[in-house]
Amino acid sequence: MYEGAIQDLIDELGRLPGVGPKSAQRIAFHVLSADAVDVKRLASALQRVKDLVKFCTSCYNVAESEQCRICRDPRRTNEVLCVVEEPKDVVAIERTGEFRGRYHVLGGAINPLEGVGPDNLKVRELMTRLSSGEVKELILATDPNTEGEATATYLALLVKPMGLHVTRLASGLPVGGDLEYADEITLGRAFEGRRAV
Amino acid sequence: MYVRQLELVDFRNYPRVAVDLEQGPCVFVGRNGQGKTNLVEALGYVATLGSHRVATDAPLVRVGAQRAVVRTAVVQDARELLIELSIEPGKANKARLGRSPVTRMRDVLGALRMVLFAPEDLALVRGDPSERRRYLDELLTLRQPRFAGVRADYDRVLKQRNALLRTSYLAKRGGGSRGDLSTLDVWDVHLAKYGAELLAGRLELVAALVPLVAKAYDAVSAGRGSAQLSYSASWTDDGSVAPLSVQNLEERLREALQASRASEVERGTTLVGPHRDDLTLTLGDVPAKGYASHGESWSYALALRLAAYDLLRSEGIEPVLALDDVFAELDAGRRERLAELVSDSSQTLVTCAVEADVPAALRGTRYEVGNGEVRRVG
Repeated sequence: MYEGAIQDLIDELGRLPGVGPKSAQRIAFHVLSADAVDVKRLASALQRVKDLVKFCTSCYNVAESEQCRICRDPRRTNEVLCVVEEPKDVVAIERTGEFRGRYHVLGGAINPLEGVGPDNLKVRELMTRLSSGEVKELILATDPNTEGEATATYLALLVKPMGLHVTRLASGLPVGGDLEYADEITLGRAFEGRRAV
Repeated sequence: MYVRQLELVDFRNYPRVAVDLEQGPCVFVGRNGQGKTNLVEALGYVATLGSHRVATDAPLVRVGAQRAVVRTAVVQDARELLIELSIEPGKANKARLGRSPVTRMRDVLGALRMVLFAPEDLALVRGDPSERRRYLDELLTLRQPRFAGVRADYDRVLKQRNALLRTSYLAKRGGGSRGDLSTLDVWDVHLAKYGAELLAGRLELVAALVPLVAKAYDAVSAGRGSAQLSYSASWTDDGSVAPLSVQNLEERLREALQASRASEVERGTTLVGPHRDDLTLTLGDVPAKGYASHGESWSYALALRLAAYDLLRSEGIEPVLALDDVFAELDAGRRERLAELVSDSSQTLVTCAVEADVPAALRGTRYEVGNGEVRRVG
């Protein structure tokens, strides 16, 4: 245990995801020995992220104004809507450059063990968006794990009466990989989702 | 398949030990508490990624050590494969196949196929249904490793569904509303999907085991009594399930979940599904549990393991057979018949305290176990 301010900083850092006590200590001493200017810059970055960053009022992605960059872009189509769990999923899909529609960020997945139900996610907001009738295809891009699959099933059942074209991202083999190294579940899914060539 | 070498570091009572094994029968002789069982336990861990004696890993590591290492060389079709497991309680275990580390522990399953019979197996006949479900699921995974994934998915969905029911149950008991059960339908869909896959696997397995268990029991008991087994489902009226396709089973499960919805909400837990099923063992006309004598129960448990051994053997890859402390419990006639049954196996590991208990047919390579050492003596 250290005294006063340095221990406070270690404790605070230790609460961050992926930072254990050892790393927290190392970062704290790095901050202590760094230039005052650099530390000020870090502190103000931390402040600003809380002050300036808001959530986009239509898709709930992170944004610096009312609407995020993607929702403001007039070149994108409103007809395809892609539902993801987290803002970082938006970034991942944007990196592909393949998708020209809009997003909807749920803010997580249905997870009763963590006490997360549809009311804790932006599901009602999604339904409001869909009720305008502009969206023709809904892409469910939640994670391919138990919770993500359950969320996708839940949304699919929910929007069924609307008669939308609902799709789920394919899951299967990684590009550049070897068949022999794929696990049975992934390979099994890839078989299920095979297509004619 | 046979184990050519076994090396343990800080496993149970062994600081470090290396043993070269031979094909055919290998007999480990030593006084009680010297670590004979620990040798087969280590191999069992490599085969199933779990101990047959304890549910947690902590007791496997020698007192005072950080982690235990099990290294073994397995020969199949004249090709040797090195398997290394590092067991560290509280952390993720690590494994190597050949020289390369594996990313998923599951990939180790199947590298060593082994059927182990131990005194603990008496619980297969006398214990809770969970023991028999474990017997089925372990064998299922040995034959088709993909079932490890199915079982894991099923357990995860079950946990989530139970959490949902539990929250609603507590909310209601606290005097509030029923809580939010709007996602229950979704969990039903997924529970039925994975549950049906698991069920289809278990039903097929039981069908294959029925004649083998009867044959094995007949052999060990010298024709006294006929052993029958059947799968009993928790969610049908009479417990029977016809062997249907996965799709059909999924539908049946979903209907059963619908039918028991009210009582599940009432009790706050999932009452329907393969996690509550059982394997019913009968001897003649009466259930083995509660009616069978000690000797009969013992023979039944042995028959279940021998049937598993036969089944794996008939499918091409001959597993290693381990008989831990078995002979002391059997009378002379049963000993001889058991020895006869397994005499042509590619490798049988036998542990015993008194060598005279082991029939002559099984006295192959002999090892003495004592003071944390294993010495080959013949």
